[in-house]
Amino acid sequence: MIAFLIKRLFHAFLVMFIISVISFAIQDNLGDPIQQMVGQSVPDSERAELREELGLNDPFMVQYLRFAKNAMHFDFGYSYFYGEPTIEVVLRHLPATLELVFATTVLIMLFSVPIGVYSAIKPRSPLSRLFMGVSIVGISIPVFLTAIVLIQIFAIGVQFTPFPVDTGWGSWLNGLLSTDGGMPAYGRGDVVHVVGTWSTNFASLEGLSYLVLPSISLASIMLPLFIRLIRAEMLEVLQSDYVKFAKAKGISMRRIYFVHALKNTMLPVITVGGVQIGTLVAYTILTETVFQWPGVGLMFLDAIERSDIPLIVTYLMIVGLIFVITNTLVDLIYGLVNPTVKLTGKPA
Amino acid sequence: MALLEVSNLDVRFALRQGDVKALRDVSFTLDRGERLGIVGESGAGKSVAAFTILNLIAKPGYIADGSIRFDGRELTTMKPRQLQQIRGNKVSMIFQDPMMTLNPVLTIGEQMIECLKAHRRIRRRDAREIALNKLHQVYIPSPERRLDQYPHELSGGMRQRIIIAIALLLDPDVIVADEPTTALDVTIQAEIMELLLELCEKHNVALILITHDLGVVSQVTQRMLVMYAGRVIEQGPTREIINDAEHPYTQGLINALPQMATPGQRLNQIPGSMPSLANTPPGCAFHPRCSFSVDANGERRRDCREVIPTFVRSGNCDVACHMVRELVERHSPEHDASDNGPSEKREAL
Ligand SMILES: Nc1ncnc2c1ncn2[C@@H]1O[C@H](COP(=O)(O)OP(=O)(O)O)[C@@H](O)[C@H]1O
Ligand SMILES: [Mg+2]
Repeated sequence: MIAFLIKRLFHAFLVMFIISVISFAIQDNLGDPIQQMVGQSVPDSERAELREELGLNDPFMVQYLRFAKNAMHFDFGYSYFYGEPTIEVVLRHLPATLELVFATTVLIMLFSVPIGVYSAIKPRSPLSRLFMGVSIVGISIPVFLTAIVLIQIFAIGVQFTPFPVDTGWGSWLNGLLSTDGGMPAYGRGDVVHVVGTWSTNFASLEGLSYLVLPSISLASIMLPLFIRLIRAEMLEVLQSDYVKFAKAKGISMRRIYFVHALKNTMLPVITVGGVQIGTLVAYTILTETVFQWPGVGLMFLDAIERSDIPLIVTYLMIVGLIFVITNTLVDLIYGLVNPTVKLTGKPA
Repeated sequence: MALLEVSNLDVRFALRQGDVKALRDVSFTLDRGERLGIVGESGAGKSVAAFTILNLIAKPGYIADGSIRFDGRELTTMKPRQLQQIRGNKVSMIFQDPMMTLNPVLTIGEQMIECLKAHRRIRRRDAREIALNKLHQVYIPSPERRLDQYPHELSGGMRQRIIIAIALLLDPDVIVADEPTTALDVTIQAEIMELLLELCEKHNVALILITHDLGVVSQVTQRMLVMYAGRVIEQGPTREIINDAEHPYTQGLINALPQMATPGQRLNQIPGSMPSLANTPPGCAFHPRCSFSVDANGERRRDCREVIPTFVRSGNCDVACHMVRELVERHSPEHDASDNGPSEKREAL
C-alpha cells in the first residue's frame, strides 16, 4: 500500500514537472506582456526597464527554475491584468468551475448507469434504440451548439404556431410546441458564501436553477459516452462464462444483473470515467464562455486575450494538478474495489 | 421412466446468414445415478447440447423442436421461474474453464451461499456451514479460509474443485460436466476426474460427461454417445463401443488414439476435418471423410451422399450408418428390410 502510494506520487510529480515545463515554455510564444501592461505613450526605455525588472530578459533555464521554486509555494507571480497574485485570482474563480463540474458529474452518474445498464439488458427494446440514437446525436453535436440550442429553448423560449391560434385546440397544440423560456443562462446568479473564496449555487433552488443549463450542456458529450461505455462493458460481461455459470446455478436474473454483472461492468468504467471527469475541468472553457459562467475557464480565455501570461500559466498548472490528483484518486479507488488488484508498487 | 429424456432435439442459431443447425434430432436418456459420456470433435455441438439440457441456450440460439423431460417435467416449455428452481438445484453444471467460471469480484463464500439461498429458505450462517462441508468433501485445504478468498487467489485445479463443490451444493440429481478437465494441467486432470467420479458414485448423482478424451469416457461412464456435426451417430454401452465400434467415425476416433499407433509411426488420424455446422454435407455428414462410403468401383455410394442414415441396432448399440445397416441386415435375414426410419429409431432408443 505504501509502495503503491509512493509510486503514484512519483508519477504525479513527473507529470506535474512536464506540465510545468510545457506551460512555462509557451509563455515565450504568447505575445508581449509589456504591451498589455502599459499604455501606448510609455517610452521604449521605460519598457526595457520594466522588462528587466520582471526578469523577462533572463535565460530560459533561470526563468524556469525561479518559476518552479515559486510554484512549489503556489506562488506564480502577479497577474498583469488584476495586479494581484495569480493564485488568488484562480482560487476566486475555481469554486464556480468545480461546482459546475460537480453538478455535471452528478448528472452523468445519475443517468449513465441506469440507462447504460438498461440498454445492455434489453438491447433490442425501442427505448434502448432511442437512447443509443440520442446518444450518438449528443456526441456529435459540439458543446457550444448544444448550449445555444438549450438557451434558445429554455432561456429565451420559442413560439411555434403551425396551428390556427384562434381555435382552442390550435392554441393548445401550439402551446405544446412552444416554450416560455425563463431558465437562467447567464452567470451564477446570487450565490451563498460558504468559506474563503467559495460561494455556492447549491444553497437554494434559485441557485441550482443557474446550474441546470450549463451542466446539461457540459454533460452533453460526456453523458452519451458514459452510457455507451457502460452498455458496451455490460454487454460483454453478460456474455462471460461467470454470468452463464450464475444462470446455471439458478440465480435470479435481478441478482445476476445487479450483483454479478454490474460490479464487473463498473470496474473499467471507474478508470475511464474517473479520468474523463478529471478532464471535465478543462472542458468547461466552452460552456463557461457561452453561459458567462465566472469560472476558471472563462478567466483563462480572458487571460489569453489579455496576454496575462502569469495567469495563463497558473491556470495550466492548477488544472494540471487537479487532473493529476483525480487520476491518482481513481487509481486508488480502482485498487480498493477490484479484488484482483493488489495495491503494491509492483506491476500486476 | 428415465430421469432425463431428451428426444428429437433441434437447436438452431439464428444468424444473419441464416440458421445454423447446431443440434439435429438428438435423443438420449439418462437414468438415476447413471453416467453418460458425450464425445466428439470440437464444434460437434457438445457444449450446445450441455446448455440445452438446462434450457440455457442464449439468443440467437433457440430450441426449434424436440423435448427435454426431466423427472417427468417438460423443460422446453417451462416458465423461467420454474426453470430457475431446477438449475443448480436438481441439475447443475460444471464448465470447461475454471479460470473463467467464477465471478472475479465475488468471494468464493458469496458464490456458494447465493446458490443455496436461491433455492432454499436458509439463514446465511447455515448456508456457510453447508458450503464449508462441501469444500471438505472436495478436499480443499483450509476451507474456512477459502470462503473469504477471491477466485484469483486460487489455482485452476483448486477452482475446479470449488466449482464441483458448488455443483454438489444442493445435492442435485444430475451434473452436466462440459469438458471439466480440458483446461487443466495434465497432472491434475486425473485428480479432478477421480474426484468427480468418487462424488457422483457416493451421492448417487447421474453424470453427463462431455469430453473428447475417449480414455476418460471409458473409465468413468457406463454409456456413451458419439456426436458428429450436430448429430448423434452412435450410442450404446461404453465398453462395447470402445472395444468394438461400429460407426466408421467412431472407429476412426479410436484408431487415432496415441496408444493405437505403432511406435515410431504417425497417429492414425481421420483424413480431413469436421464440416462447420453452417454447411454440413447432404446425406451422411461424415461421408466425405469416410473410406467405407466408396464402393468397389471407387465411387461414393449414393445413399451415403444423399440419404441421412437412421439408427440401426447392432448388438447393444445404435449406429447411424448405411454401411452398418447393410451388414446388420445381411446377417439377420429375418429383419424387416423395409426402411421405416422413424419408428425404427424410436425402437432403437
Ligand atoms: N452463440 C453461438 N452463436 C452461433 N453459433 C453457435 C453459438 N454457439 C455454438 N454455435 C455453433 O454450434 C457449434 C457447436 O458448438 P459447441 O457446442 O460449442 O461445440 P463443441 O462440441 O466443441 O462443444 C459451433 O461450431 C457453432 O457453429
Ligand atoms: Mg465445447
